[in-house]
Amino acid sequence: MSRRQMHLAAHFPGVNNTTVWSEPESGSQIEFASFAHMARTAERAKFDFIFLAEGLRLREQNGAIYDLDVVGRPDNATILAAVAAVTDRLGLAATISSTFNEPYEVARRLASIDHLSGGRAAWNVVTSWDKFTGENFRRGGYLAQGDRYLRAKQFLDTVMTLVDSWRGDEIVADKATGEFLRDAGAGRFDVAVDQFDIRGRFSVPRSPQGRPVVLQAGDSDEGREFAAASADAIFTRHGSLEAGQAFYTDVKRRLAAYGRSEDQLKILPATTFALGDTQAEAEERGRRIRRQQVSGQTALRFLEQVWNRDLSHLDPDGPLPEIDPLVVDADSPRVSQGRAADRMYRDPLATAKEWRERAAAGNLSIRDLMTEVTSRQSFVGTPLGIAEQMERFVEQRASDGFILVPHITPGGLDDFADRVVPILQERGSFRADYTGTTLRDHLGLAPLDARSVV
Amino acid sequence: MSDTPLHLGVSLDGAGRHPAAWREPGARPDELFTAGYWADLVAEAEHGLLDLVTIDDSLGLQSADPFAADDRVDQVRGRLDASMLAARIAPLTAHIGILPTVVVTHTEPFHVSTTIATIDYVSSGRAGVQVRVAARPDDAALLGRRTFPADRDALLRELFDEAADAVEVIRRLWDSWEDDAIVRDGATGRFVDRERLHYIDFEGPRFSVRGPSITPRPPQGQPVVAALAHRAEPFALVGTSCDIGFVTPRDAADARGIVAAIREAQAGAGREAETVHVWADLTVVLDDDAAAARDRLARLDATDPCTDDARVVAGTPAELADLLVELGEAGLTGFRLRPAVLPDDLRHITRGLVPELQRRGLFRTAYEATTLRGHLGLPRPADRYATADTAGSHS
Ligand SMILES: Cc1cc2nc3c(=O)[nH]c(=O)nc-3n(C[C@H](O)[C@H](O)[C@H](O)COP(=O)(O)O)c2cc1C
Repeated sequence: MSRRQMHLAAHFPGVNNTTVWSEPESGSQIEFASFAHMARTAERAKFDFIFLAEGLRLREQNGAIYDLDVVGRPDNATILAAVAAVTDRLGLAATISSTFNEPYEVARRLASIDHLSGGRAAWNVVTSWDKFTGENFRRGGYLAQGDRYLRAKQFLDTVMTLVDSWRGDEIVADKATGEFLRDAGAGRFDVAVDQFDIRGRFSVPRSPQGRPVVLQAGDSDEGREFAAASADAIFTRHGSLEAGQAFYTDVKRRLAAYGRSEDQLKILPATTFALGDTQAEAEERGRRIRRQQVSGQTALRFLEQVWNRDLSHLDPDGPLPEIDPLVVDADSPRVSQGRAADRMYRDPLATAKEWRERAAAGNLSIRDLMTEVTSRQSFVGTPLGIAEQMERFVEQRASDGFILVPHITPGGLDDFADRVVPILQERGSFRADYTGTTLRDHLGLAPLDARSVV
Repeated sequence: MSDTPLHLGVSLDGAGRHPAAWREPGARPDELFTAGYWADLVAEAEHGLLDLVTIDDSLGLQSADPFAADDRVDQVRGRLDASMLAARIAPLTAHIGILPTVVVTHTEPFHVSTTIATIDYVSSGRAGVQVRVAARPDDAALLGRRTFPADRDALLRELFDEAADAVEVIRRLWDSWEDDAIVRDGATGRFVDRERLHYIDFEGPRFSVRGPSITPRPPQGQPVVAALAHRAEPFALVGTSCDIGFVTPRDAADARGIVAAIREAQAGAGREAETVHVWADLTVVLDDDAAAARDRLARLDATDPCTDDARVVAGTPAELADLLVELGEAGLTGFRLRPAVLPDDLRHITRGLVPELQRRGLFRTAYEATTLRGHLGLPRPADRYATADTAGSHS
């Protein structure tokens, strides 16, 4: 039986409590050797791509820089250009904000990485828009909630206009005749939309993929619609099979309206795992990791993010506070700043009610509860058990693959690559080797001229 | 001067500095957009023990007209983002300094700072940046966020003031994490000591930046900042903000005047105690035979005349070495050579000029430092935000 193929990607450990920094094997989050290690592991395992998240201001809570989690990252595009030097096939996906950049610069960087990697560049378009982050930038940052997907859409369309401004046959470089360019208008563009009014000639000739692969991360209705219209893959946070299926159905059904088929948009949830030789061992390991991820202090900080109040006086081993969350409108500053997740709890009063019931039923302390409601591993089991669970997700249309988020830098993917991937390959649900050279090839995306290339 | 070793760098751009370079037999014009082409060039420069390479860049497409876009089809057009290129090449080399050119007009100082810091990480301490302004209205139109005043002198003053502000922000951000800010303290549960992270709170007419950086302090502390300078405003930028100025003197007397202008700006900024290099840019056409070099330049110019801002020198490596010694006596501390044709003139530099200078005791015979600051004789600077309290508390 030929199984449905999955796609796999590696998320370089990020700057939240998923990443455990206190273990002996926890290495540097900033030295190039760490990026090279994880990229090589992912390439050895024939992964589709490595993925880097972005945050352009250090997070704060209660008015001070957040100090409990790993912090300190490189510039994404730059580090991936370097990773291209130590890999041959692995896709390179950089999260780059559409708010704190201009299309011309982003297009140049992505097209340059695509050239320098032989066609492996991808861009995760994020729409983060807070004033807080804007304080680091010329343009400031504030976009009304309704405007950010408008800007994102126009930003993305403009980047595509720029990279499409070279068809690919303009450079002749004929030494004998002296003709370098066939076309004096190569790279010419003219964009006049409400967010951007730009014109001239784009300076980077057409790259191997033509266009970078586009990922989107964002979950609102507008975010889903944006992905359906324009993205090649979605990065999601839907953990359970049922939630995944609901999301999958919802997003895939939006594609037809844009003349796109279901296989043109891959759904790739963030996925954590705990491996063991036996199920019991894996579960024990999973519990231990979660305990490390949710210290008493971290539990209080989580609670504060929902309560939107300073709760540092509470005992994490004690009960939830009596006081209710402080509800403010979406654009007001919050106790926690600089987190994409700050807006995840759209109804804090409802969340508080649900958590109180859960804590009462299980007699849970703040830390117990926070350990339960956050950062549970997606898959816990033996290598075979995890392989089977992953296949089930893919066969039952809860996802098209996974973006694995290891909890240790940089070796957190090694076990998965060595023990789970060979099983997937043997069972025929994951490629035994790369069959193409570009990321578009790995993802099985339709040739570009099937889309809107001019 | 003759016992003070010279510093040497090369400027890499397309098929070479000369507009007709791409038509030479050894040129590789169809490989300009591949990593392999640049890897070979930088490896050759490193073979010659050079201090650094710079990689040219601009926002818009190249133009033969310095003030406007053109639509010529007989010269190299198209280039990769120099910072991406620098990062791609850095892991393939071990010693040489790498400076992408970065436009600081229109762009975000925050991104420039983290980009160069990242190249410093990727190269283990060999990054720098050549900052430049973009004064052309057609460049401004690519970003569409600004219109320029019509008066060119006023514009240049404005752009260089802004460039100085950008460098200030870039540098403050590099220092915004003290070296030992990451504590990984299991006992208190803190990964980072927030007392050693600093807001930079820069406020200027064009931008305000709060900080701190998202990137920890790079290996060199302060990567090297350079600028090309032809007139008073950029001389001042070099004196107040840079580690290296690339200048374009016609002769030794001119060089003396330029060096004096930069030293004055340096003193005015209270930086007398710091090393600020002033290097002359020279475009070079080299051959073991002097007549052959001059013939080659004549042939190149006949194809497409070179209108260069730097002095163009055609001759033997020994003749060039004589000129470097002569100019060096005017107070220049090094030279950035622009090979007219790549890779040909680069090879004449690494395999002809460098051995010639070594014979005269004027150039290193092996790399003696591991960082670019080290090659340039610049100490690793203390962090401007470190207090007596935090600095050294790790030791
Ligand atoms: C899985 C996932 C990952 C994200 N990663 C980032 C990131 O790395 N950087 C960032 O600035 N925003 C990130 N975001 C935030 C989104 O770009 C977006 O701003 C946020 O989800 C709000 O959009 P929405 O209302 O459509 O969900 C992420 C969102 C999701 C769902």
